[in-house]
Amino acid sequence: MSFRYRLSLLAAGLALTVLGAAAATAQDTVLNVSYDPTREFYVEFNQAFAKKWKAETGRSVTVKQSHGGSGKQARSVIDGLDADVVTLALAYDIDAIADSGALAKNWQSRLPNNSSPYTSTIVFLVRKGNPKQIKDWNDLAKPGVQVITPNPKTSGGARWNYLAAWAYALEKNGNDEAKAKQFVADVFKNVPVLDSGARGSTVTFTQREIGDVLLAWENEAFLSLQEFGADKLEIVVPSLSILAEPPVTVVDSVVDRKGTRKIAEAYLQFLYTREGQELAAKHFYRPRQPELATQYAGRFADVKLVTIDQSFGGWRAAQEKHFADGGVFDQIYQKGR
Amino acid sequence: MVAAASTDTVLPSSGGTVLSVLKKPSVIPGFGLTLGFTLTYLGLIVLLPLAALTIKAGGLGWSGFWNAVLTPRVLSAFQVSFGLSLAAAAVNAVFGFIVAWVLVRYRFPGHRIVDALVDLPFALPTAVAGIALSALYAPNGWIGKLLMDWFGLKVAFTPIGIAIALTFIGLPFVVRTVQPILQDLPPEEEEAAASLGASRWQTFSRVVFPALLPALVTGFALAFARAVGEYGSVIFIAGNMPGISEIVPLLIVIKLEQYDYGGAAAVGTMMLVVSFFLLLILNLLQAWMRWRHAR
Amino acid sequence: MLAKARGHAPATGDSALVRALMIATALGFLLLFLVLPLASVFVEALRRGVGAYWAALVEPDALAAIQLTLTVAAIAVPMNLVFGIAASWCIAKFDFRGKDLLITLIDLPFSVSPVISGLIYVLLFGLHGLIGPFLKSQGIQIIFAVPGLVLATVFVTFPFVARELIPLMQEQGTEEEEAALVLGASGWQTFWRVTLPNIKWGLMYGVLLCNARAMGEFGAVSVVSGHIRGETNTMPLHVEILYNEYNFVAAFSVASVLALLALVTLVAKAVLEWRFGAELAATRH
Repeated sequence: MSFRYRLSLLAAGLALTVLGAAAATAQDTVLNVSYDPTREFYVEFNQAFAKKWKAETGRSVTVKQSHGGSGKQARSVIDGLDADVVTLALAYDIDAIADSGALAKNWQSRLPNNSSPYTSTIVFLVRKGNPKQIKDWNDLAKPGVQVITPNPKTSGGARWNYLAAWAYALEKNGNDEAKAKQFVADVFKNVPVLDSGARGSTVTFTQREIGDVLLAWENEAFLSLQEFGADKLEIVVPSLSILAEPPVTVVDSVVDRKGTRKIAEAYLQFLYTREGQELAAKHFYRPRQPELATQYAGRFADVKLVTIDQSFGGWRAAQEKHFADGGVFDQIYQKGR
Repeated sequence: MVAAASTDTVLPSSGGTVLSVLKKPSVIPGFGLTLGFTLTYLGLIVLLPLAALTIKAGGLGWSGFWNAVLTPRVLSAFQVSFGLSLAAAAVNAVFGFIVAWVLVRYRFPGHRIVDALVDLPFALPTAVAGIALSALYAPNGWIGKLLMDWFGLKVAFTPIGIAIALTFIGLPFVVRTVQPILQDLPPEEEEAAASLGASRWQTFSRVVFPALLPALVTGFALAFARAVGEYGSVIFIAGNMPGISEIVPLLIVIKLEQYDYGGAAAVGTMMLVVSFFLLLILNLLQAWMRWRHAR
Repeated sequence: MLAKARGHAPATGDSALVRALMIATALGFLLLFLVLPLASVFVEALRRGVGAYWAALVEPDALAAIQLTLTVAAIAVPMNLVFGIAASWCIAKFDFRGKDLLITLIDLPFSVSPVISGLIYVLLFGLHGLIGPFLKSQGIQIIFAVPGLVLATVFVTFPFVARELIPLMQEQGTEEEEAALVLGASGWQTFWRVTLPNIKWGLMYGVLLCNARAMGEFGAVSVVSGHIRGETNTMPLHVEILYNEYNFVAAFSVASVLALLALVTLVAKAVLEWRFGAELAATRH
């Protein structure tokens, strides 16, 4: 076997792999690029959708999943990950994809309810019996309480955590920004570990048994009770929280190139149907459909929810002010040391 | 060199006139082919992508570059990364030296197994090392619990945890650079020192140790260079607190996730430059010591 | 082995106390830093018994991850093998200007952070990278697909084979090749019949190290993977994903396969060193 022969074998191997990858995407597949806590929900939802699509069109479809921190996932889509649909933690990340030109700027008005078929909020997860008596946001700022939250710089959920704390402080202090900043700084002074994603924080809190309270998505808190035992943990709902709207949209540039627009749109529409909404509720997301919302009202605590648009003037403004380099979050961490 | 080049043209496949100016004559063929392939491959796989990094960082402009790199957060991440890497490399220098010494000088049951095991950090994926170390050193892990109960010491999710991960991945470098030199050390020098009445400690510190120092410094430098860039094993065990336990590679990832490509590239370029110069300094130091020892 | 044959005279040996202390320190250190982490992987993996362990490994996504890891290594390692031979041939058999610089550049990927190794390919092949848009228009996907994973792996394992071969071939010199050529062998014949047999153990050694690193790389592939389940997740990435799904037993099960691969590598390496120690000794400088 000559050297050249080996080289050509190698080249052939490489070419085959490239072709293989191309052939795989030529099938009837849809890629849903999502954030961390939605895995279990979409596993079940995808099966339901495949069944429905088969019944309606006679064609079989495979929905592929990719999960990770919301920002990281959006970054991958911007860099060319072929996502047909994105279902991320916050609108800012989809705005970033829109800014890169991959989808229409008006994406959020294309589907009902700000393109958020389900909502969630931020709650506290504490250890059984609530030994530190954590009832509301102001308890998080007390000395001796350890708070676990992911890093707002990298985690979408953590940004909701941070903004909920901020909104609480504004309300308590008559919209005094300086006091709100001090309050949030006090809370973050109590944070011993900043994981990069929501899932990392949950592992730190439940498995490594670090901290007294975990700031978590409501659905993640319920899932943790299910996974790690309701005899170890309990959920505390604060007096005020934030309406978290995880948005979904079709990535125009990808579906138009792959010719999957129809199926991608049907996929997202299915989230708004009764079946989709029930699955969302099953996985502890708050459904949008009024009758389902009442049906599941017992499960989800009635809490005063502020919205990102009213309290912060939308995601772009919030991002710019709080999380950009040199923003309020960075200032908190520089002042602290 | 140039004069010799004229004879070069009669030799088989020496690669033409341009190459013949560059290289000494040889009857061995394949210089053009292998050098060409090497340079092409090197260029495509390593140099072109690295150029993309500096081009991206250069896109910020001179002041933009420094603005991205000189923020307190980036500087403290550099402090954390380099400081803890130095600490880990120092621990490895001490214990790696002892391990090398034990492996070369003593025989004990399981000697060969221990020798093979030293390379584990090379072969074990960093992510596996990361989850194993964090499970082990967490407050409720095997070792973490003991340290917590006995000394009230928290390891995982603190800078100490990072230092442990970096020690783990750097361990083989010191052992594997000191080991062969120690093996080849002529026994005559030690015997001579001993017969001249030197104590064991004097023999070690005046004869053996100076001979091993260049290798030790090399191992130290390699362990350090590897530790500075490490990501996989660290993120699982680091607390990722800005200014305390946030390492530079994580900061690059964070910048990427904020769509700050220029910033990520700038920090990356800075990291390349700093570690390159540190290695250069250590290499010079090593050459100087070899020269001093030779005298 | 030399030390054993030589046998240390009492005057130059260490006292029994020093000896015991040194061995205890070395073994204690290795126990704490190497053995316990390794053991914990297997303990955690088998926490729910062999059944759960096996179930985690034959699950389709785990199998896909194993297959992908093997595919990536099967492409990346031969590429660096060919490169390693070519580079060491021109560096060890010829004298030319700029050789030191070339060696330094070959070593360069070794000191580059894995995160940067991934980032550079994103900056090059990403949709907003230098040549990404052109490739996209041609329908070629590099990152978030197998080629990107291969490239990042090749970068990370770049110097391994070359680093083993260069000192070995330098040590062996050029006399044997020159003799073969004078006797009328062609260049290829000389390489296959003379050089290759001389370097084969060093070559295997380099391939072994290269392969271990290729299968275990995390940081670089994490940046270019896209994390599509069952498609672009390599084994180390799959470990992270399972970990994030609170599926710790499965995470440690897949991790234990990687740890087993590492142990196999170590055994193979020890066997190579033991049987062909003299030939390999030259590479150990």
